[in-house]
Amino acid sequence: MKQPSPRGELSALLLSVIAGSVASAQDALPRLDALTGESISRTPDILHDDDLQLALFCLYELHYSGVDGAGDDWEWDPDLLRIRHRIEAAFEQRVRDETVVPALPEPTSEAVCAELFRLTGEDGGPSMSRFVAKSATDDQLREFLVHKSVNQLREADPHTFAIPRLSGRSKAAMVEIQADEYGNGLPARMHSALYARTMRELGMDDAYGGYLDAVPAITLAVNNLMSLFGLHRRLRGAIVGHLAAYEMTSSQPNRLYSRGFKRHGYGPDVTEYFDEHVEADAVHEQIAGRDMAGGLVESDPRLLEDVLFGAAAGLAIDTLMTVHIMESWEAGRSSLRASDVAA
Amino acid sequence: MGVDRVADQQDTEGAQEARAGHPLNSGSAAPVSVVACPDGPLLVRGDFTLLGADGEELPRTRRTVALCRCGASVLKPYCDGSHKLIGFRSEP
Repeated sequence: MKQPSPRGELSALLLSVIAGSVASAQDALPRLDALTGESISRTPDILHDDDLQLALFCLYELHYSGVDGAGDDWEWDPDLLRIRHRIEAAFEQRVRDETVVPALPEPTSEAVCAELFRLTGEDGGPSMSRFVAKSATDDQLREFLVHKSVNQLREADPHTFAIPRLSGRSKAAMVEIQADEYGNGLPARMHSALYARTMRELGMDDAYGGYLDAVPAITLAVNNLMSLFGLHRRLRGAIVGHLAAYEMTSSQPNRLYSRGFKRHGYGPDVTEYFDEHVEADAVHEQIAGRDMAGGLVESDPRLLEDVLFGAAAGLAIDTLMTVHIMESWEAGRSSLRASDVAA
Repeated sequence: MGVDRVADQQDTEGAQEARAGHPLNSGSAAPVSVVACPDGPLLVRGDFTLLGADGEELPRTRRTVALCRCGASVLKPYCDGSHKLIGFRSEP
């Protein structure tokens, strides 16, 4: 991923350190650690803190495609891991404060599946999909693509980290879902490739992270949450619950997104990404609820609460992003950090 | 899905022919299972072919499919999640 622009002292120093542009990393790392502590203690809300969310995103990115100019050794550098852990601890606590975990069902596959369907069927605030279908302008469709591009151009990767931590029925189910996400062996059918094609058709940059500078902190938080859950074995129940909720809230919204792009005259090359998800996720949500999440809980009932936490947390943080976007649009503003970035 | 049939690979000659050129199928036939999802679709796994009434294979892009049984899908025979919108109940 190309180096993003810093959003404050912390991300500026972090990017300099990993790019090797500080005189001495040994001197800079204690400063980075101190800055991290100061940033965490003075932020009014880490979910909306651009500097902290970008720093965390870049630290996670070392585990994905890397950051241009950053040496590969930084991925497992103990000092950076300690700094990441400090941000993660504050982030996770804030997410837990924001999340209401529902009453726990019986630890059976069917009961877990039914509860996840109930939870994801609740009204979670404003509907971006209905707005996109009926009212969004062409510029707003492009903004929508920018927000989603942070995840969709690497679609499925954060959850894939969980595969080695699962076994049996839940593992087979996650692999079945992820194989579909990755195109069943056909690179052009990878969901990330379909999304890239949609962006190209609109004349947008389809490079992973190409619009990172444009998205607000809350969009980074939505993505950081997946990495937090995916990279910690401790949170394997949460990443499974997160994926189940993600799949269960996808089919109908994607049908509406597709309608929004068709309304503006865009053809199948643009809408295929969304059309594909209507059918794919109607399959995935059944596998995810019953076999992946339900199967995990049946094999280890202690993970029941984590599964529901992961699902509820994903929905809660997603709702905050939707609220930000819809409030911006209702006020006649761009929901991005710089209004000309998506043009 | 009235006129469509889910045919077991091992039992149907037409299906075996159809399978020969099918990129989704691997060499060894996996047993077919159909999960009746409560309040939802029929989830079909394994080596099978999905045929229209004319015996022609229906377009299919994934190994495991969900078949509509609420009647409201616009992607029939596949499920599009509409059962949730209409409050479909599989049990009386």
